[in-house]
Amino acid sequence: MEKNENLIHYLLMLGDNSMILGHRLSELCGHGPNLETDIALTNISLDFFGQVRSYFQYAAQLKGEDFNEDKIAFLRNERQYYNATLLEQENNDFAYVIVRQFLFDAFHKELLEQLMNSKDTTIAAIATKSIKECRYHLRFSSEWLKRLGNGTEESHQKAQLALNDLYVYCHELFAESEVERKMKESGIGADLDAIKHNYLAIIHQLIAEAQLKIPETIQRVAKGKLGFHSEKLGYILTELQYMQRAYPDMQW
Amino acid sequence: MSPEINLEKAFQDRIDKGEKIEPKDWMPEKYRKTHIRQISQHAHSEVVGMLPEGNWITRAPSLKRKCALLAKVQDEAGHGLYLYSAAETLGISRDEMIEQLHSGKAKYSSIFNYPTLSWADMGAIGWLVDGAAIINQVMLTRTSFGPYARAMVRICKEESFHQRQGYEIMMVLASGTPEQKEMAQDALNRFWWPSMMMFGPRDEESTNSELSMKWKIKRKSNDELRQQFVDNSVPQAEYLGLTIPDPDLKWNEERGHYDFGDIDWNEFWQVVKGDGPCNKERMEARQNAWDNGKWVRDAAMAYAEKQSKSKSIAV
Repeated sequence: MEKNENLIHYLLMLGDNSMILGHRLSELCGHGPNLETDIALTNISLDFFGQVRSYFQYAAQLKGEDFNEDKIAFLRNERQYYNATLLEQENNDFAYVIVRQFLFDAFHKELLEQLMNSKDTTIAAIATKSIKECRYHLRFSSEWLKRLGNGTEESHQKAQLALNDLYVYCHELFAESEVERKMKESGIGADLDAIKHNYLAIIHQLIAEAQLKIPETIQRVAKGKLGFHSEKLGYILTELQYMQRAYPDMQW
Repeated sequence: MSPEINLEKAFQDRIDKGEKIEPKDWMPEKYRKTHIRQISQHAHSEVVGMLPEGNWITRAPSLKRKCALLAKVQDEAGHGLYLYSAAETLGISRDEMIEQLHSGKAKYSSIFNYPTLSWADMGAIGWLVDGAAIINQVMLTRTSFGPYARAMVRICKEESFHQRQGYEIMMVLASGTPEQKEMAQDALNRFWWPSMMMFGPRDEESTNSELSMKWKIKRKSNDELRQQFVDNSVPQAEYLGLTIPDPDLKWNEERGHYDFGDIDWNEFWQVVKGDGPCNKERMEARQNAWDNGKWVRDAAMAYAEKQSKSKSIAV
């Protein structure tokens, strides 16, 4: 039983990352800098929501009773969402959108590559399907990072500002929680320490290619993975949960 | 006959024979301008049309509905892209067209100036608004200008899927709880008349129509298309158990069509002229996206130039 509890919690962590970032991207639909980028960002958002459905359908199946993907997605309170703090950061401008995406995609790729070998065959299958999407996301975000960093002076400054503000949340991606440790030990979850090295090497190389600098402050207290969020998450949930809260127990 | 008249006659003969006109073919200037106007306005409608539905993406009631809605709004952006490209073949750039939208010179479909106030509006828009659009667009798949006709074939396939999706949202609501049914009825009440207005002014007041018929941009009149929409929609509403908000609606045995009440033409013209419930918000949203995106587009251009320079140096 305890094993299932941990597994469910781990699935929520994976799904919440995809859901909260997918939500942020979905806020941009119809408001992109041009149609091509609008379509691409919506595509990425859709990929994330596809992943969310896979993780939460599996979690619902493990929970049994009358659980389903929507109950899991929409009917938890703020402290029961376990996404990393980076992902709930706002779409201040396109540079924030790209830097947030890039910092996560590079991590996500390493994570999924490990999860493809998970002892849990469902997680391995989800990771195998998602990795193709993730590689495209990383290509998209790193190409844009280079465009912004090497584009105009204005775009360079904006990209640097976004990097300064968002880089400080990256360390949380590797701060192993108890659940992550247990999942790693049972061969289901990823080894975050092993990912960290590759991740830092990749992002530092791409940041350099974009002619940007690694910020001086590199860490800010961030515990979203433990359910201790920034004030921004509450507003995301207010929108996300609106229908399910206002009209409980209905079919849509 | 002057060479110009000869060309015009040959051009019209091709259209009459049902041949497609391609971008590099000779065409009367008026034909080119009419198409630029119509195709760009159609493109603008797709892009502005993303906003009312985009309004519910973050609040969709289930993950499945959220994904379907995201995909639908994304399809509209795709339609905007094909249509801008089709118009570009006539010698206007996408930036110029966008400029015309923002300055108010180019219009877009008035329906998108109505607000989306509940989840049921996603159903009503799919069912009625996409339904009305399809009636127009099916006709356009046979229009004389090749790129426009071909774009329409592809767009119609996606639109009919959207319409079924919208109707299915309505079916679920109409067979749901009393609250859901009320939400569905309210959406129908609010979207019925604006959807009827989508076919434009009455035939006797419609300008452009004669030429449009001659060039096969239009094959049926506004009133004929509107009648077709009413005849399609009445049984669909009956099946849902919802009531179309028109006390004059009744079957006319003699005509073989439904009779229906008068459209509020004052409201129609008010919205066309820019004073609908959301005209201001829609334009502001487009203008903001464009203005805020300028530095991004500039950066992409600057980067591409630097790349091509460094490539040519390497060569």
